[in-house]
Amino acid sequence: MTAYIIRRILMLIPVLFGVSLLVFSIIYLIPGNPAQVILGQRATTEAIAEVERQLGLDQPFYIQYFSYIGDLLTGDLGTSIKTKTAISEEIWPYLAATMELTLVAMVIAIFVGVNAGIISAWFHNSWFDYIAMILALIGVSMPVFWLGLMEQYVFAVRLDWLPSTGRYDPSTVIDSITNFYLIDTLIQGEFGKFKNLLSHIILPGAALATIPMAIIARMTRSTMLEVMKSDFIRTARAKGLNNIWVVYKHSLRNAVIPVLTVVGLQTGLLLGGAILTETIFGWPGIGRYIYDAIQARDYPVIQSGILIIATIFVIINLIVDLLYAAIDPRIKYK
Amino acid sequence: MNDEAILEINGLKTSFFTDDGEVPAVDNVNLHVKKGELLGVVGESGCGKSVTFLSVMGLIPQPPGRIVDGNIFFEGTELTKLPERKMRSIRGNDIAMIFQEPMTSLNPLFKIGNQLTEAIRTHQKIDKATAKERAMEMLKLVGLPRTNELIDTYPHELSGGMRQRVMIAMAMICNPKVLIADEPTTALDVTIQKQILELMKNLNEKLDTAIIMITHDLGVVAEVCDRVAVMYSGKVVETADVKTLFQHPKHPYTKGLLDSIPDIRQKSNHLYSIPGNVPKPGSIKSGCPFAPRCDYAFDRCLADSPELYPGENDDHEVRCFLHAQEESETQ
Repeated sequence: MTAYIIRRILMLIPVLFGVSLLVFSIIYLIPGNPAQVILGQRATTEAIAEVERQLGLDQPFYIQYFSYIGDLLTGDLGTSIKTKTAISEEIWPYLAATMELTLVAMVIAIFVGVNAGIISAWFHNSWFDYIAMILALIGVSMPVFWLGLMEQYVFAVRLDWLPSTGRYDPSTVIDSITNFYLIDTLIQGEFGKFKNLLSHIILPGAALATIPMAIIARMTRSTMLEVMKSDFIRTARAKGLNNIWVVYKHSLRNAVIPVLTVVGLQTGLLLGGAILTETIFGWPGIGRYIYDAIQARDYPVIQSGILIIATIFVIINLIVDLLYAAIDPRIKYK
Repeated sequence: MNDEAILEINGLKTSFFTDDGEVPAVDNVNLHVKKGELLGVVGESGCGKSVTFLSVMGLIPQPPGRIVDGNIFFEGTELTKLPERKMRSIRGNDIAMIFQEPMTSLNPLFKIGNQLTEAIRTHQKIDKATAKERAMEMLKLVGLPRTNELIDTYPHELSGGMRQRVMIAMAMICNPKVLIADEPTTALDVTIQKQILELMKNLNEKLDTAIIMITHDLGVVAEVCDRVAVMYSGKVVETADVKTLFQHPKHPYTKGLLDSIPDIRQKSNHLYSIPGNVPKPGSIKSGCPFAPRCDYAFDRCLADSPELYPGENDDHEVRCFLHAQEESETQ
């Protein structure tokens, strides 16, 4: 098992190299001059050339790339052109906000999706099955931004149950330790603030959970249907085990691998791609951070932001692969 | 009901309800097993032998299947009307079952030890260590080596024969009174087949467990069973003790089956087979289901359905009008 993990981690290195090259090239190739952006519209050609020299933009492509890699390896993600602060310091609170939101969304999606899938498979072709699968179909086909707006209209505007935007009430002050505010307030025993944070995360969390939930439910249902027909399930029932045990121990564990793949991919997508949802709900996450950077042509931020998201995506997929091996003893030997 | 019988099936009818209507897979089956007996149940594929015993276990997939009529008595308890919770305490505990496919009948994701101890801890309140000891004891009893290593292996690390031994150990771990073996040796090669059959015969003698051996192989029956029931198209057509059945078969179908066994000493190039095909369940509405393939069939066979007629000695019963006549002549 240890050898397998080490092998898989070593396989990450070329992937991350490729990602860094891609990210670097895209920024290099798109039109627009960072020196021009820094100095403004009325800068002289000499001044621009001077700044280009300072930034190393006059160097050939491969030298720029290697100096970029060298910086990355020392933990230097560059400096934001707009705020003039180190990106490695600046990015963390945004990343943490997105991770917190993603975690809440995925917990909702997995809990509801997996159980709905199981019940649908168990009561195959029942009214529950039909309704759940129609809802799942609607869930995957609905644009998230529209769902987010509808949620805001119903639960924030009409019913006034939950706040519509933001991560917490502007009046509250949160002493951050980890930037995961839900965890911070729990550690500090600030349950009032915790409740406040929770009420803010429910709507965007639910909106983001919809698509993964629907996909997970459909996937769980189809693999469970397959597994519940197998001989070892008949054996488990012949032993006199009760249905809960047969479903959650013997069937689910055999059905979970395709579901896990979906969970991994969806988690990766939410971490990087929730720009629309974060914008609608005023969530100060990484999607918004990169969106603002694109507007300001803040190249170092765009580069580093994309690189970090890609890295997280790759790491999540690694974790998923390791979980496969942990769940199915037949996998390590392949 | 028969006093000696530990398991008795009376007039069992199990049907599957499909888009084409009701298909009776088992129709009016009467069978009994005595304590410690080795009963063989023989018949071609699709004759209802597996469905009969899945009905006993309460494992008929429902829907589409359902027990429509009849009773199943286990030590005097009616099983068909038993609530699921009570049925679970019998299943695997008093009546255990092993299946045809040892390769796929064990859960691939759990260790052998886990699957064995789970079987016993479902029915008995014992701690993990005792259960583990009992599991190792059972593995040894079914003739598996290095049991302390074996309980930490996964099914894919074992051969088919070993897995079937594990299945038998798992079925026997609660010391059931009846073991239903549904073609336990069909998927195994001949030498392993022989070992497994010997093992089952040994267990039957040692532990006094009644074993029901479902098979389509008359060789298996001749080798291990005390008594045989021959099934055809969802019905029992003949029951007798093994010797009687092989020496004096009465039902034309049983005769046909026995004639179909290839004989190595025979010079003929042509192997006997019963003419025609097994009818689809439910396709024969009236008369004896075997009549269309039977050399001895006469008018009454196509019109009426024969009963199970007792023969001259108690245990030999035949569902055939030829022997109904014989019986009335002797009376």
